[in-house]
Amino acid sequence: MNPTLTSPPATSGRPRRPARSNRRVVAALLSVVVGSLLFLSVQPRFYKAFCDWSGLYDIDRAQRVAVSSIPPRPVTLEFDANSHDGSLRFRPETATLTAKTGEIVHVVYRIENTLNRTVVGQAIPSYGPQYAGAYVKKLDCFCFKQQTFAPHEVREMPVVFLLEQGLPEEVNTVTLSYTFFEVPSGAATSSPTATAAASGK
Amino acid sequence: MQATPHAGYAGNHDHHSHGHPTGLMRWVTTTNHKDIGTMYLWFSFVMFLVGGAMSLILRAELFSPGLQYVSPEFYNQMLTLHALIMVFGAIMPAFVGFANWMIPMMIGASDMAFARMNNWSFWLLPPAAILLTTSIFVPGGAAGTGWTMYPPLSIQMGMGMDMAIFAVHILGMSSIMGSINIVTTILNMRTPGMTLMKMPLFCWTWLVTAFLLIASMPILAGAVTMLLTDRHFGTSFFAAAGGGDPVLFQHIFWFFGHPEVYIIALPAFGVVSHVIPAFSRKPLFGYVSMVYAIAAIGLISFFVWAHHMYVTGIPLTGQLYFMYATMLIAVPTGVKVFNWVTTMWRGSLTFETPMLFALGFLVLFTIGGLTGLVLAMTAVDIQLQDTYYVVAHFHYVMVAGALFSAYAGLYFWLPKWTGRMYSEGLGKLHFWLSIIFFNVAFFPQHFLGLAGMPRRVPDYAQQFADFNVISGIGAFGFGFSQLLVLVVIFQALKSGEKASSRPWDGAHGLEWTVPSPAPYHTFEDPPPFNQAEAHG
Repeated sequence: MNPTLTSPPATSGRPRRPARSNRRVVAALLSVVVGSLLFLSVQPRFYKAFCDWSGLYDIDRAQRVAVSSIPPRPVTLEFDANSHDGSLRFRPETATLTAKTGEIVHVVYRIENTLNRTVVGQAIPSYGPQYAGAYVKKLDCFCFKQQTFAPHEVREMPVVFLLEQGLPEEVNTVTLSYTFFEVPSGAATSSPTATAAASGK
Repeated sequence: MQATPHAGYAGNHDHHSHGHPTGLMRWVTTTNHKDIGTMYLWFSFVMFLVGGAMSLILRAELFSPGLQYVSPEFYNQMLTLHALIMVFGAIMPAFVGFANWMIPMMIGASDMAFARMNNWSFWLLPPAAILLTTSIFVPGGAAGTGWTMYPPLSIQMGMGMDMAIFAVHILGMSSIMGSINIVTTILNMRTPGMTLMKMPLFCWTWLVTAFLLIASMPILAGAVTMLLTDRHFGTSFFAAAGGGDPVLFQHIFWFFGHPEVYIIALPAFGVVSHVIPAFSRKPLFGYVSMVYAIAAIGLISFFVWAHHMYVTGIPLTGQLYFMYATMLIAVPTGVKVFNWVTTMWRGSLTFETPMLFALGFLVLFTIGGLTGLVLAMTAVDIQLQDTYYVVAHFHYVMVAGALFSAYAGLYFWLPKWTGRMYSEGLGKLHFWLSIIFFNVAFFPQHFLGLAGMPRRVPDYAQQFADFNVISGIGAFGFGFSQLLVLVVIFQALKSGEKASSRPWDGAHGLEWTVPSPAPYHTFEDPPPFNQAEAHG
């Protein structure tokens, strides 16, 4: 950069405003910038606190409306896994546990391919009692899509779900059972079973 | 618009003995406020044409019901970029350009306070513009969220959204630096005798605007940064799935967004406050009340943000507060409008192009302000939210407000910048085409909005077809008549009459005491300041 252009023109007759004065203004203005950023950084917490304190806006309403007004109750959950033709070793890490309705449950299933070849397949869920399935809401599940296993591959896969509070009163135990079906080679990836599984049922 | 360096003039000073870099490097390395102002103005005009072309894509699609030319996704991207480019790329840089050119000349300063930083604030703009415009071509396309970038959609968009976020970061930095420069220049570099209350009004509007920018731009930058971390780093400021609240983003965005409206409007008020007295041949009526009105508008603008959010479920008490606070802004704005009208009262008016644009501004901005009051009413807004009524409202204040005022300033100061008079016939043609086509384009949108046509949708029901045809004709007419500006400028440069140092006999202010075109360096010694040049 040409130094002749970067230096401001001479201010011979001007009662020289010292550079210090400029610096003071800049410091004040920069403190406004920093103040704005600080103000913003406390907003998420302040917003929540203010809404709670004033009661003007119910932040958590969305979450509360979603769950029903029925009080949560404990339900025994049993987990089961089968391989349709015995090609895989398939079992849940947890056999049984007790969870409250509305509570998010996280369970891991373990699958081992015992064969010397690649296996492509998909786990299809079923429920006991059957009608309890309508109250199992899955947030994430390995059963949503087809899986490919290399020879002798071992994989741990999660399913995350909650039981809706509307679960009929007489149901105290829900069994979640998966059966792994091998997809015949050449079958389309979006088989009807895959679509059904993806819908979470 | 061309500040040709005058070798003879510059040669008087020994610190110029090395000469200027020429060609492209002159513009890249320049620290001269006039050069930088010129670059800001050209940049904003180019972006204005780009953003305008995008809006014509929208109007072409809307010319008849159904989907004709573009996909809904592309339509959304175009309307987002149109808004971002017009607000951040066209209108704001245009007024920064005016500020660069005029503020040092109005207050008798030799240049801006931080000349090198000034260069940097300008050269940050082209990278931001490139980020915005090229985001159309990345996988997933540009951001299609609307300029408000509301989550959850903005959290789900592709990498075009990231490019928009970075562009906003860069533009924010540029604006903050430019504002620091302007405030320091105004506070420290006024010629002796020019107290703050004797300062030209354009400088006052920019002083308040610069404060608004400095306080609100970090808010926007922070908000989009929070979006960015929600998108990529697993935070949940706004992502509801992780416990965040999307409505918080709206609060933060509009806490920036409403001052932004006045960041655009205030400098426009400033320009008009120079043009109307000049062509009324009377001093501005109510200078002091104008200054207080500007400050009041700036202050209140920080406390009305949620009037953009009446339908988000804010409580009734909140709605009432924001309704009354919003209506309060109409008071200082009304003071300004009445002062402009009273300035003309019993003046010896002439209607050259700058005055015509200023009057166009006055009438149409008042219409836009009135529809703003309608929208401020909670009960009405719940019906009109996100309809074309809103689109009509903000185009009346943004286009007829800011753009017309920028044109008034352009025609007013063009003789000072170029040393040539523009062709009055061409200027008047430009004005009449603009004001007629503008109203043809946007007035029917009030009716569309009242009838319930939603904005940001590429298709519409059959009953809206006629008004959309009218609006489309107006939009294309308006768009193409803006090319006349280029003709006006080049005609003036090529064969315009030579302009005297004070081509408008009613104009006052230090800028008219220097020759036309303004020499490359002006007021190296602070000029004497007397009452005759005060209050332009």
